[in-house]
Amino acid sequence: MTADRVPPLHKVKKALPWPLSLYQTAIGKKYVMAITGIGLLGFVIVHMIGNLHLYEGPSQVNEYAESLRDLGGHLVPRTLILWIMRIGLMLMFVFHIHSAYSLKEMSRKSSENAGFMSGAKRYASKQDFVAASYASRTMRWTGPIVGLYVLFHLADLTWGWWLGDGYIRGDVYNNVVMSLSSLPVMLIYIVANIALAVHIYHGAWSMFQTLGVTNPHTKKLRRSFAVIVASLVCAGNLSFPIMVQAGVISNDSNNTNSVNTSEHSTADIDADNA
Amino acid sequence: MSRMLQLKLRIWRQGGPASRGSFLDVDAHDIPTDASFLEMLDIVNERLLEDGIEPVVFAHDCREGICGTCGLMINGRAHGPELGTATCQLHMRKFKDGDEIVIEPFRAAAFPVVRDLMVDRRAFDRIIEAGGYISAPTGTAPDANEILIPKDVADFSMDAAQCIGCGACVAACPNSAAQLFTAAKLGHLNVLPQGQPERWRRTEAMVETMEQYFGSCTNHGECHTACPKEISLDFIALLNRDYIKAKTKNRRLASQA
Amino acid sequence: MLDAKIPAGPIAEKWDNHKFSIKLVNPNNKRRFTVLVVGTGLAGASAAASMAELGYNVEAFTFHDSPRRAHSIAAQGGINAAKNYRNDGDSIFRLFYDTVKGGDYRSREANVYRLSQVSANIIDQCAAQGVPFAREYGGLLANRSFGGAQVSRTFYARGQTGQQLLLGAYQALAGQVAAGKVTVHNNCDVLDIVVKDGEACGLVIRDLMTGETRAYSGHAVVLATGGYSNVYYLSTNAMNCNVTAAWRAHRRGAAFANPCYTQIHPTCIPASDDFQSKLTLMSESLRNDGRIWVPRDAKDTRSPELVDEADRYYYLEEKYPAFGNLVPRDVASRNAKTVVDKGMGVGPSRNGVYLDFSDVIAADGEQVVREKYGNLFDMYERITGENPYRVPMRIYPATHYTMGGLWVDYNLMTTIPGLYAIGECNFSDHGANRLGASALMQGLADGYFVLPYTIGDYLAEKLGDPVVPTDDPAFTESVTAVEDRTRRWLTVKGSLTVDHYHRELGKIIWEYCGMTRNRAGLEKALNEIPVLREEFRANVKVLGSADTANQSLEKVNRVDDFMELAELKVRDALHREESCGGHFREEHQTEEGEAQRDDGNFAYVAAWQWQNPDKPQKLLAEPLEFEYVKLTQRSYK
Repeated sequence: MTADRVPPLHKVKKALPWPLSLYQTAIGKKYVMAITGIGLLGFVIVHMIGNLHLYEGPSQVNEYAESLRDLGGHLVPRTLILWIMRIGLMLMFVFHIHSAYSLKEMSRKSSENAGFMSGAKRYASKQDFVAASYASRTMRWTGPIVGLYVLFHLADLTWGWWLGDGYIRGDVYNNVVMSLSSLPVMLIYIVANIALAVHIYHGAWSMFQTLGVTNPHTKKLRRSFAVIVASLVCAGNLSFPIMVQAGVISNDSNNTNSVNTSEHSTADIDADNA
Repeated sequence: MSRMLQLKLRIWRQGGPASRGSFLDVDAHDIPTDASFLEMLDIVNERLLEDGIEPVVFAHDCREGICGTCGLMINGRAHGPELGTATCQLHMRKFKDGDEIVIEPFRAAAFPVVRDLMVDRRAFDRIIEAGGYISAPTGTAPDANEILIPKDVADFSMDAAQCIGCGACVAACPNSAAQLFTAAKLGHLNVLPQGQPERWRRTEAMVETMEQYFGSCTNHGECHTACPKEISLDFIALLNRDYIKAKTKNRRLASQA
Repeated sequence: MLDAKIPAGPIAEKWDNHKFSIKLVNPNNKRRFTVLVVGTGLAGASAAASMAELGYNVEAFTFHDSPRRAHSIAAQGGINAAKNYRNDGDSIFRLFYDTVKGGDYRSREANVYRLSQVSANIIDQCAAQGVPFAREYGGLLANRSFGGAQVSRTFYARGQTGQQLLLGAYQALAGQVAAGKVTVHNNCDVLDIVVKDGEACGLVIRDLMTGETRAYSGHAVVLATGGYSNVYYLSTNAMNCNVTAAWRAHRRGAAFANPCYTQIHPTCIPASDDFQSKLTLMSESLRNDGRIWVPRDAKDTRSPELVDEADRYYYLEEKYPAFGNLVPRDVASRNAKTVVDKGMGVGPSRNGVYLDFSDVIAADGEQVVREKYGNLFDMYERITGENPYRVPMRIYPATHYTMGGLWVDYNLMTTIPGLYAIGECNFSDHGANRLGASALMQGLADGYFVLPYTIGDYLAEKLGDPVVPTDDPAFTESVTAVEDRTRRWLTVKGSLTVDHYHRELGKIIWEYCGMTRNRAGLEKALNEIPVLREEFRANVKVLGSADTANQSLEKVNRVDDFMELAELKVRDALHREESCGGHFREEHQTEEGEAQRDDGNFAYVAAWQWQNPDKPQKLLAEPLEFEYVKLTQRSYK
């Protein structure tokens, strides 16, 4: 019971019923970040793999997109499973963003001279970080960039807001080629996907830490995992705009890679192409 | 043999917790390379005093790197450029003639500046008081050898226990999080057999007290680099895991570890 | 004559009988008492926590920003306990015997025996608290032998035993803070002890953050304020270690015992220049493998690796063939001083001797040496910038521990009723010289296992008495005196800094009352110290105000008290016409250069009673009787 000259900075909130009470704590929020991060990362990977159908040609990729709506076969109403997945994905986004924002605010209030956006403390010296990677320091920038990009991407290819008459619902191949042929759009895709890869590079390592993986044997593997996942996602996603611009994927040269590998793609939760 | 350095210092000066601070520029002439960083400040202070200027206040005590009292941000790095070294064990031979050195206090909202370079770190005591102990009232202990502890476990516990509580982890953390400090104490006690009965209670209480004062960890790893004892980030992972367990376990089933 | 209140009966039963015969306080009544504890090191924190567990209300004071920073934290080596886990013949009696003998027969048998008895409980207590002691693969506790002991009774936690034990006590304290039984007052410098009707009833502090002076009242006051090696300016103690609280108690009537006994540690890194602020101790274990030498010719300034074997003077190996480099601390220290005084010292300031590992590196390889001493070698290189794997280390002795302190009886009470002194702050258990790994043992024994019982004997009498209110004249007089003293320094407006005077004092006392002393030197010091003190009081320069954090102002009070202590220390050394342990009078040595005790005339504790500022302290003696240990002369030839 020492006389407190340093009162607590953050108020203790009234406890909600379990398990909501977990989300009231910073570490609980971090768990939510990590778990939603894993979900979103899974989506990104599957989305990237699914999009590789673009290299097979229009019929294959369109068939793949169609198959997503048919998930569940005749057992359930058409698109039900897809909508469940879409809603799940949206919830993950909401929680991922909300927990990130409130943890950022908590850090900003705990620091002096902290940046509004990054929430990070600054010293007067020129360099005030040593170990933190570029990726970890820019999470609070790459996150919003990816978020805005997702909205753009939905408006572009799911809702077809500005492709006008060229937008053909269900013709994924056509829509993608049309959109990415525009140079500014291509640049947006490239910048956003680099941001995404940087975000993943830190996130895919950090989640192990947050989830409490301490086994020393896997220490190096964790870092390698993050590097590999980030590079694969980056390479795959960047290949689409580049190949469209290079003319490899185009409306004229259909079926350049028309080896029909799979009739039925793996269970996919690709929302944007649907 | 000691050489002499000519240095330009920018030292943070602040009258008290409520005052606004500013940098004082000092030309530090003829600083011997054999001096420690704090001895360099002693020399500067003696000269300031001779010139009728109040010396710069900075916290320090054992000067052996173990008490954790000293701690300065030196050119933006907690405890300066040497890894695994507290400010008092940093020597001037690590600097070059003509260097400019910016000296700031450890900063965090929970570490208000008392004066100049001295900050108030009592928030750390609050975290320990929340549960950073094993309740073993004097006189109740069994024979020490009745508790067997595998050597690896004792060593792991000691790796965490050597934390000196200096606050460099908080100072270096862009989020002003105290994860490494709290994790070190939890790592010390939570892996020992003696620490099991209070493990979940301790973890929950210490983490929640920590969260009242400090920011949120984003796994930058700055704390580990700044730590004079180089305490591993693995202890933070252990803290995270134990905390979620603490919040979800049925504590009346002691058998579930 | 002082009454130590040693219980009657055979030595092995004294403590048990005493615990039975002293008065008890009923558990429900304990909450009606408040105990003030000054200092939160091993002794203070363990006492505060243990008394709070018993039910007393405890207020703990520390000048640090956290109790965990007390200088106990810097102890490296280990803690002794008579556990006999190694099956090598250790026992309570052997630890007792070794401690009395090591103390050169100037300690109180009954206290030392009790210390040995409770030593085993300390290890149990600390292990239960979670102190991560070194373990064997089977999970049992590891031991090592330490400081020349012939049994392995030292428990350790890497090279940071003091840190881990202190954190254990600090955590116990934190638990009691959480339980609401202890209030910790951080950043509080205790500047006076309040005595009313001859009994200690409170203290006056200055808040080091705000400059505020405040008084606290309690039923008893416990001082656990550590040692005063910093009187030498350069020592291995932390910068803020001081004698102030103990000295202020002395000025209020507590007798100060054996101030001349000082332990000098032989293996420290020599001072490199005037700016040096403190000395760093290197573990004594280095002497197990390092060879100590200086060039035979004082004019030989070759770099050490170029000096031929024949030109090297391995003075310890030549003088003490049986023990060689492993002679006890005081012998090693004195011999280093002798060669340096002859001008044979090495290093830029010619103030050290070589500790050379080249032979062991050649024999066992660098890797073996690195495994054993890696940490120490790294520390040496960090401080000196020299690589000890390539060039020999330079070492020189430094002040390390003070065996003297406030006089206490068997209950650890000073000559002021209600005022207790524990740990290094008292004089009780180490006699004239302390054995390695015994300081931690004594601090924790006093704090965990002795004081919490014995304080009840005093408090039982006070049941129902309220504490003296802090507006009592005894308090207001003291508060005024503290405030006046503090403000006066700001009005001196002299020309030299506090550190300057502290350094000057250190030079005098190190020169004349350091490793060896003689009559002429001590008399010279006795003349010089009061002159320096008067100049200091008239010419010290302290800037700033008393109403903020002001480190010069903190220091000036402490140095002022060191000035008075230094004089008493010299007077004690002058009066003790014998050599024993940490007190070596050149006039009193054997033909072999060993300390020559005079058991006929000096087998007593010299406790000094304050009279007034103008009149030297009065000597009160407590005769020492040795019933269980036979007095012998040491020899390491």
